Amino acid sequence: MKLLPLQAAMAAVLLSAAAGLAAKPLVVCTESSPEGFDIVQFTTAVTADASAETVFNRLVDFKPGTTEIQPALAEKWEISADGLTYTFHLRPGVKFHTTDYFKPTREMNADDVLWSIRRQLDPNHPWHDKSSVGFPYFESMGFKDLLKSVEKTDDHTVVFTLTRPEAPFLRDLAMAFTSIYSAEYGDQLLKAGKTSDLNNKPIGTGAFIFQRYSKDAQVRFKANPEYFRGKPPSDTLVFAITPDNNVRLQKLRANECQVALYPKPDSVEGIKADPKLKVAEMEALTTGYISLNTEHKYLNDVRVRKAISYAFDRQTHVNQLFGKGNAVIGVNPYPPTMLGYNTANQNPPLDLDKARALIKEAGVPEGTVLTLFTRNGGGATNPNPSLSAQLFQADLAKIGLKVDIRVMEWAEMLSRAKKGEADMVSAGWASDNGDPDNFLSPLLSCDAVKSGENYSRWCNKQFQDLISKAREVSADTERGALYSQALAVYDAEQPWISIAHPKMFTAMRNNVEGYHINPLTNNNFATTQVK
Amino acid sequence: MFSFIARRLGLLIPTFFGITLLTFALIRLIPGDPVEVMMGERRVDPEMHAQAMERLGLNKPLPAQYLDYVEKLAQGDLGESLRTRESVWNEFLTLFPATLELAIAALFFAGIVGLLAGVIAALKRGSLFDHGVMGISLAGYSMPIFWWGLILIMFFSVSLGWTPVSGRIDLLYDIEPKTGFMLIDTLLSDEEGAFKDALMHLILPAIVLGTIPLAVIARMTRSSMLEVLREDYIRTARAKGLSPARVVFVHGLRNALIPVLTVFGLQVGTLLAGAVLTETIFSWPGIGKWLIEAIGARDYPVVQNGILLIACLVILVNFVVDILYGLANPRIRHQR
Amino acid sequence: MTTPIPKTATTTASPIDQSLLYPSPYKEFWHAFSRNKGAVAGLAFMCVIVFCALFAPWVAPHDPSEQYREFLLTPPVWLEGGNWSFILGTDELGRDLLSRLIQGSRLSLLIGLSSVVISLLPGVFLGLLAGFFPRLLGPSIMRLMDVMLALPSLLLAVAIVAILGPGLINTVIAIAIVSLPSYVRLTRAAVMGELNRDYVTAARLAGASLPRLMFITVLPNCMAPLIVQATLSFSSAILDAAALGFLGLGVQPPTPEWGTMLASARDYIERAWWVVSLPGLTILLSVLAINLMGDGLRDALDPKLKNAA
Repeated sequence: MKLLPLQAAMAAVLLSAAAGLAAKPLVVCTESSPEGFDIVQFTTAVTADASAETVFNRLVDFKPGTTEIQPALAEKWEISADGLTYTFHLRPGVKFHTTDYFKPTREMNADDVLWSIRRQLDPNHPWHDKSSVGFPYFESMGFKDLLKSVEKTDDHTVVFTLTRPEAPFLRDLAMAFTSIYSAEYGDQLLKAGKTSDLNNKPIGTGAFIFQRYSKDAQVRFKANPEYFRGKPPSDTLVFAITPDNNVRLQKLRANECQVALYPKPDSVEGIKADPKLKVAEMEALTTGYISLNTEHKYLNDVRVRKAISYAFDRQTHVNQLFGKGNAVIGVNPYPPTMLGYNTANQNPPLDLDKARALIKEAGVPEGTVLTLFTRNGGGATNPNPSLSAQLFQADLAKIGLKVDIRVMEWAEMLSRAKKGEADMVSAGWASDNGDPDNFLSPLLSCDAVKSGENYSRWCNKQFQDLISKAREVSADTERGALYSQALAVYDAEQPWISIAHPKMFTAMRNNVEGYHINPLTNNNFATTQVK
Repeated sequence: MFSFIARRLGLLIPTFFGITLLTFALIRLIPGDPVEVMMGERRVDPEMHAQAMERLGLNKPLPAQYLDYVEKLAQGDLGESLRTRESVWNEFLTLFPATLELAIAALFFAGIVGLLAGVIAALKRGSLFDHGVMGISLAGYSMPIFWWGLILIMFFSVSLGWTPVSGRIDLLYDIEPKTGFMLIDTLLSDEEGAFKDALMHLILPAIVLGTIPLAVIARMTRSSMLEVLREDYIRTARAKGLSPARVVFVHGLRNALIPVLTVFGLQVGTLLAGAVLTETIFSWPGIGKWLIEAIGARDYPVVQNGILLIACLVILVNFVVDILYGLANPRIRHQR
Repeated sequence: MTTPIPKTATTTASPIDQSLLYPSPYKEFWHAFSRNKGAVAGLAFMCVIVFCALFAPWVAPHDPSEQYREFLLTPPVWLEGGNWSFILGTDELGRDLLSRLIQGSRLSLLIGLSSVVISLLPGVFLGLLAGFFPRLLGPSIMRLMDVMLALPSLLLAVAIVAILGPGLINTVIAIAIVSLPSYVRLTRAAVMGELNRDYVTAARLAGASLPRLMFITVLPNCMAPLIVQATLSFSSAILDAAALGFLGLGVQPPTPEWGTMLASARDYIERAWWVVSLPGLTILLSVLAINLMGDGLRDALDPKLKNAA
């Protein structure tokens, strides 16, 4: 009997050791600092990962690893026959985070939804002018014109009225900028005159509660025990900010982090060979492309654009840039897994004679110089812009076209490319919501020529009519057919050289479980744990 | 002495205004604007763009913008970052200790090794050691430090696994930033092994950043030591029968230190420039990286005021060195 | 480069005596210079580099931009898998590393030389002005230089390149601007030292015009420290250009600039050490060679400066 206390003590030690094991934090090596935590003010994926995916929820969200919609804060919804009215029924009993800076007195209800949307929509909302650069995503998605009103009919029912039918609307509502904030917290901050705290000390309903952020070093979260889908398995989630992807990998090998985002495609082979590591991979909804400026001399001739397509050694390019099997060679502006992908479109075979003949036919003098703008740092759609540009340059040299590569800082490139200064721009796009419209409208529409993002400056009436129509019809089969036709027009006109749809990778330790890689490149760790 | 300090201080005022004007002009001359950068490839609604520029006060004519800036500055308001909406001062306060910690560690390393090597080289003038030190220090002075950093990482972190690859501390440790200096914070926290871990993280970056100052200090110490050792008072001290160590370190080094001190001051600027590269290589969360990123994002307030703060720091250090030098050497005090 | 004008420690002897006592100034300079073995080694290495740079197209075994796509990341010849046609191996695009390094020497020398010239000329001029007009113009110039010196040089260079856009010429301009203040300060200090000398007063009394005083009377006597500074800034220009290239703001691809080569090779550090190590080593050795020469020049030209670091 005398031994009991000792045994109890030992048991306690063992227990606490076990607890210590369970409390093992999940450390994720991410690529850069989030800009802030008030997600509606920002646009980058890193910021969304650190706020929308952890702290917040939306009315609906994407099923992990897909672009299918599932209920989130809204349990169910109805869409009117004319496609103009969306009625959402909110999930009861959802609690906002309780922290040392905020103690919620009520559960999430329709007021919070109204607050979150109206803040961006209504110029008279007290929070509307608290964002110095406005609400970029809300505005760039055209929500200002699209939303007629947002009203509540009772505490758990919200009605959105649109000005026109918009097929991708439900998917838009799953995007980060429609995250639901606590109206109560907003009022409290406004009263205290501490409106900037909304950006530093976020409160949401999400799986993780924000703890601390040190710029360029780390973001720490702890599990939300009251999360409506159940407490996440990892008690502590840490984002270790590690910009260099080689370093991220080295840290993963040293077990300084358990998950490393965005490894370089060409290092994937090595990760797979390491018995302590594994890789999650998926064909992400992204495209890397080179735009051909259809307003500039020579490139305004479709024969020249076709000639470039004949001369471009796609296979070598993609193998070199991404590594064998790490990317799908691009044909259309968006990847094959999406609605309306036109399988009849095919890349021409590599044929230098044909290319030279076309160039000659179009009367392009030997040694004509074309400028190619590209950025100085790699990203998901093009891990090594300079390498890619030099490969392309060597290809075109073979048909007598000289490419003048201009590697520029990101901001300068955007600014100058939008003004249409470049003959060719090496650029990329990552889907926001998995809808084809989200590729074609922002990048190839006539509107985008005016605002500049259509670097090809290609405004084709037939194409434009097809994609405008596809926006308004709601049946997927009908939309698919329209997009397919639009892509046929694209293929005949060749405003872009679509390079590739790179696969996306996430490297992790072997003992990490429950991670879903997402085609929209967002990262959510609500179900992930270290075993 | 007082008038000397006052005169020097007076010179600082136009310099200060010059810096505000220069940084203001520089960032605005760079093509692209902050709103555009934030939107990236996404559509920028012209109306929204105009509204945002107006809210940020960037639609006014440049002289008016400059006046706004100086007026705010006079009230001690450094503005807020356009990228993160965080106040520039707060960002500076969180990031600066990291740079300072790194810089102090680098200077510490450079100072100790450099002084020792310099003194010994001077004492053994012409020996193999002397030639070795001079050769190595010239090589250090010629070092492309970004390459040096990569090579050290490749060797010590990747091949040997002795030191961590990057960052300030292993993230298993949850250290509350009380002072911002990781070494002090880890000591204040009760996490076991955290201090050692933080120290291990500091070693490589400090060596990389300290390489050039080390080379300069070693060479400077050697030559000024050589000069001092020739002086009469050293001969006197030796003649008095003082121990050689005492002669060298107490009498010799103290006097030899004066020029070395100036070099120390001058190295602050070099250190900050080097910090940009060192921080990039080691993912060190400091101000060098912060400013480079801010230039890229056209984050006007951060670039203007971040550079201003650093410039003031450089000026301040040089000022203090100047004064100390003036104290040590009366001839300087009366020069123009 | 400008003809060095050696300055002997003894200035008391009359010109005639000097020419009797001493061999030609060039011989004397060479004598002093060649005593420094490091300097001679540096000079020899630089001669090799200059030779490579001048005759790059003939020296280099391959076209530096030619992509041999079957030979990606071939290791140097002494390693397993090496190939005699690529002595130092190939880079990520299958280009011959040796040829690129040789071609790169052209660029680095060009950047170094032109940025020195571009900053030396206005720097000396401003320095002379500052020295000759100590009341208003001088202090204003010096304050301007203080402003430039207060900004970390690399940040300033980054900002300038961001304004002008990346490229070879803009890199040169950025580096030249950044190194301007040291010339101005140095020239001014030297001028201030010379102005009180008797020969200047004599020239003044003889009615020499201001430009004559500035450029013909005073300037030649300030040359020694300037030459030393020019060598030093030559080497630091190469380093700065490499640093800009490393930050992705240097010259445009496929131009083989050493720093840019290093930066783009960074991703292959674990798989192909040679693409990272060799450009860095080349930078180090050339900069070291120039600095060694600079040391020798300083000792030979200006014994007073021997103690400056």
